[in-house]
Amino acid sequence: MAEAATAHAPMSAADEHHWTSTGLDSRKIAIWAFIGSECLFFASLISTYLVYKGKSLVGPLPHAESQCMLHGKMQACEGVFETPLVTLGTAILLFSSLFVVMALYHAQHDNRKKLIGWLSATVMCGVFFVSMQVYEFTHFYHKGMGYSTNLFSTTFFTLTGFHGSHVTLGVLWLSTVLILAIRGKLPPEKSLNLELAALYWHFVDVVWIVIFPVVYLMR
Amino acid sequence: MATSVLEHRAPAVPHAYPKYGIWSWITTVDHKRIGILYGATAFLFFLMGGIEALIMRLQLIGPNGKLVDPDTFNALFTMHGTTMIFLGVMPLSAMFFNYFIPLQIGARDVAFPRLNAFSYWVFLLGGLFINFSFVVGAPPNGGWFGYANLTSSRIIGATAAAPSPGMNIDFWVIGLQILGIASIAAALNFFVTIINMRAPGMKMLRMPMFVWMSLVVQVLLLLAFPVITVALVMLMMDRNFGTSFFMPDGGGDPIMWQHLFWIFGHPEVYILILPAFGITSEILPVFSRKPLFGYTAMVFSGVFIGFVGFGVWSHHMFSTGMGPFADTFFSLTTMVIAIPTGVKIFNWIGTVWGGSIRFTTAMCMALAMVGLFIVGGLSGVMHASPPADLQQTDTYFIVAHFHYVLFGGAIFGLTGGAYYWWPKMFGRMLDEGLGKAHFWLMFIGMNATFFPMHILGLNGMPRRVYTYPAGLGFEFWNKFETIAAFLLAFSFLIFIVNIIKTWFGPANAPADPWHGATLEWSIPSPPQEFNFPKLPLVGSSMPQWDARRAAGGHLPEPVKVSGDDIPMPNPSYWPLLAAVGVNLTLGSLLFVRIWPHWWQMMIASALFMITSVYKWAFEPPH
Repeated sequence: MAEAATAHAPMSAADEHHWTSTGLDSRKIAIWAFIGSECLFFASLISTYLVYKGKSLVGPLPHAESQCMLHGKMQACEGVFETPLVTLGTAILLFSSLFVVMALYHAQHDNRKKLIGWLSATVMCGVFFVSMQVYEFTHFYHKGMGYSTNLFSTTFFTLTGFHGSHVTLGVLWLSTVLILAIRGKLPPEKSLNLELAALYWHFVDVVWIVIFPVVYLMR
Repeated sequence: MATSVLEHRAPAVPHAYPKYGIWSWITTVDHKRIGILYGATAFLFFLMGGIEALIMRLQLIGPNGKLVDPDTFNALFTMHGTTMIFLGVMPLSAMFFNYFIPLQIGARDVAFPRLNAFSYWVFLLGGLFINFSFVVGAPPNGGWFGYANLTSSRIIGATAAAPSPGMNIDFWVIGLQILGIASIAAALNFFVTIINMRAPGMKMLRMPMFVWMSLVVQVLLLLAFPVITVALVMLMMDRNFGTSFFMPDGGGDPIMWQHLFWIFGHPEVYILILPAFGITSEILPVFSRKPLFGYTAMVFSGVFIGFVGFGVWSHHMFSTGMGPFADTFFSLTTMVIAIPTGVKIFNWIGTVWGGSIRFTTAMCMALAMVGLFIVGGLSGVMHASPPADLQQTDTYFIVAHFHYVLFGGAIFGLTGGAYYWWPKMFGRMLDEGLGKAHFWLMFIGMNATFFPMHILGLNGMPRRVYTYPAGLGFEFWNKFETIAAFLLAFSFLIFIVNIIKTWFGPANAPADPWHGATLEWSIPSPPQEFNFPKLPLVGSSMPQWDARRAAGGHLPEPVKVSGDDIPMPNPSYWPLLAAVGVNLTLGSLLFVRIWPHWWQMMIASALFMITSVYKWAFEPPH
C-alpha cells in the first residue's frame, strides 16, 4: 500500500478523468481488439474458400477451362480471372496504406493542406479499388458466374464481397475524417481520430495481401 | 462501431438529466443500471427457458406422452437450449461483468459507456426477435446447434420435402447474428475496460479472480463469435440465395457447418462457465477468511483453459467418422483441459481448507458449484475417449453431463454471485433463511433431475426424442426426473419470493457486509453514480483486507459525497436507436423468400442505423 501511494502522487479531478492504466487512449486498444476479432472473421471465410477449392461440380473455374451452363446449355468456358486488373487494384490499395501514413504524419504536425491532399489520395485509392471490384463482379456475372453458380463462385463472392464491404466502410470512415479535416476540425491533438481509421484501413489492406495470393495466384 | 469521439464540445449550459423514471433508464449509460437491466431481462428469459424445460419434462413423464406433438417438442428443446445459452447464462454473466468489473478494478465506468448501452439494447431486441417466432407460430426447431440439412430450406437430392421450408430457422439464424453483435460489442468494451481502466496500482496480477476470468471470457467472445457469424451468414445464403455451402447436391459439405459451429461452440462453453469460476473464486476466500490459494496458478490455469478451448472442437464430432488421427488429436487435447480445471478445483479446496468457514447462502452455492462441476467434469473426461463417446453420444448421458457443468457449474456460480453481491447492488440483504431453503431445494432438485439421466443415457435413451414406448425400462427414472424438475423450478420461486420480500424490506446493507477483500466493498451500498469519489490506490490483490487490517479490524462506513465536480458521461438515446437500426436491418432478411421489397426495407433500415451511429459519434460524451 505504501509503495503504491508513493509511486502515484494524488491526482487532480481532471487527471483522474483522463487516467488510463496503459497510458494509451482506450479507443486505440479497442480498435486493436476489434482487428483481432476481424482476423477470425476473415480466417473463417478464407478457410471455407480453401476447403471448397476444386470441389465445384460445374464451371466456371478461376483459371482452368471447364464446362459451364451458358445460355441454357452446357458449353466449354475459360477461366474467369482477370489477374492483371486485380493486380493493379492490389497495388493501388497497398499504396493507399502509405498515403494514409503520410496523412497521419501531417495531421500530427499540423500541416492541414498536406493532410487533406494525402487523405484525399487515400480515399480515391479506396474508391478505385471498390469500383474495380464492382466491375469485376459485373464482368463475372455476364460470363455466367452468378452467386450460387458453383462452390467457387459462392465462396469467392462471399470472401471478396465481405472484404469489399470492409473497404467501403473504410472509405466512408476516412471520408468522414477528411470532411473534419477540411472543416479544420482535425488539429494535431485530435489526430487519433485519423489514426483509428488508419489502423482499420491498414488491416483491410493486410487482409487483401492474404486474399490476393490465395485466391488469384494459387492454382 | 464508430464510438470514436470525433469532437469534444463543452455544453454551453449544463444539462439537467432525469435521475428517475423510465426515460432515465432508456437513456442510461451507467454501467450499474445497464447491469441491472441485463440481469432483470436475462432472468425473465431464464424463466422462459425453464418453462420450456418443464413442458418437455411433462411430455416425458410417462411413455407415449401426448401433451405436445413432435414438432412442438423440437421447437421446445431448440428454444430451451438457445434461450438458456444466449439469453440466460451469457447475459446473466454480462450483468456481473457490467456491475462488478468497473467496481473491482476501481473505475468510474466502463471504457465506452454508450457502447455498453448499445450492447444491452441489441441483446434485448435480439432476444425478443427470436422469441417473436412463437407469436407467428414458427419457432426455431433445428436444435441449438442448427446442424446443416436439418436447417435447409430447399429440397436436397431426391428427398421429397425440404427439411425446414418455413421461417423457423430464419428467426434463429438472424436472431443469433443480432445477438452476436451485442456480444462482440460488449466483449470489446469489457476487454478495453479491464486492460485500460484499472485504478492506479492495480497491476494485472493484482486483479480479482473474477476480473481475470472475465478477461479470458472477453477474448474468447472476440475470437469465437466471428466464426459463428460467418457460419450463420453461409447458412442464411443457403436458405435464401440458393448457395450450396452445406448442401451436398451442390458439392457442399454438411460437416463443414459442424466444424464452423463447434469452433465457436466449444469456446462458447468456456464463455458460459468461466464467469462462474470467477465468482466462485471471489466467494470462497471471503467466507473462508483466507486468501485465494495459488492465485497465480488460478490465473494461468484460466488462461490455459481459454487457449486450449480453441483446440478441442471436434470432440463434438467423433461420431461423424473423422478418422483415427483427428480422433486421437482431439481426444488428447480434450483430456489436457482436465489438467488446468483440476488445478482450479484443488486450489478451491486449498482455499477452503483450514479456513474459518461461514456457511452463507453464497458460500453454499459456491461449494456446491465446485462439487457439481467435478461430477460434470468427470463425465466430460469419459466422453473425451472416442470409443466411449460413440456409446454415449446423442443419449441422455450427454444431457446429464452438460447440465452438471452448466446448471451445476454456471447457474450455481451465478446464483451464488447474486446472493453475494445483492447487498452491493441494491443496498439490501437477501433473507438468509429463504436463501438456505432455495439452496437446498435447488441442490436436491438439480441432482434428482439430472443424475438419473446418466443411467437413462447408458441404458440407451436417446436425446431429443419426443416420447418413448413402454417396456424399455425408461418409465421410472423419467417420472422421477419430472417430479424433481418441478422441485428445482420451485426453488426459484423461493428465490423470487426472497427478492420481493427484500425489495419491500429495509435498506439495511452496510458497505461491506461480508468483510470482502476487493474494492467494491470499500464504497457505499448501492454505489453512487461515480462509484469512487477518488480513484483508489491499490497495493495488493486484497486491498479491502489491507485497509481493514491497517484500521485495526474495523472500518468506518464510507460516507456519501456530492460528487458534483466529477465528470460523468451524458445519457444518450442514440445507442437504443442504433440498436433498433441493427435489428431492423438484419430483421429485414427474414422476408427474403416471402416479400419482394425486403431489400428496400433493408436499405432504409441501414440508413437509419448509419444515421444513428453518426449522431452517436458526434454527440458530446460529457
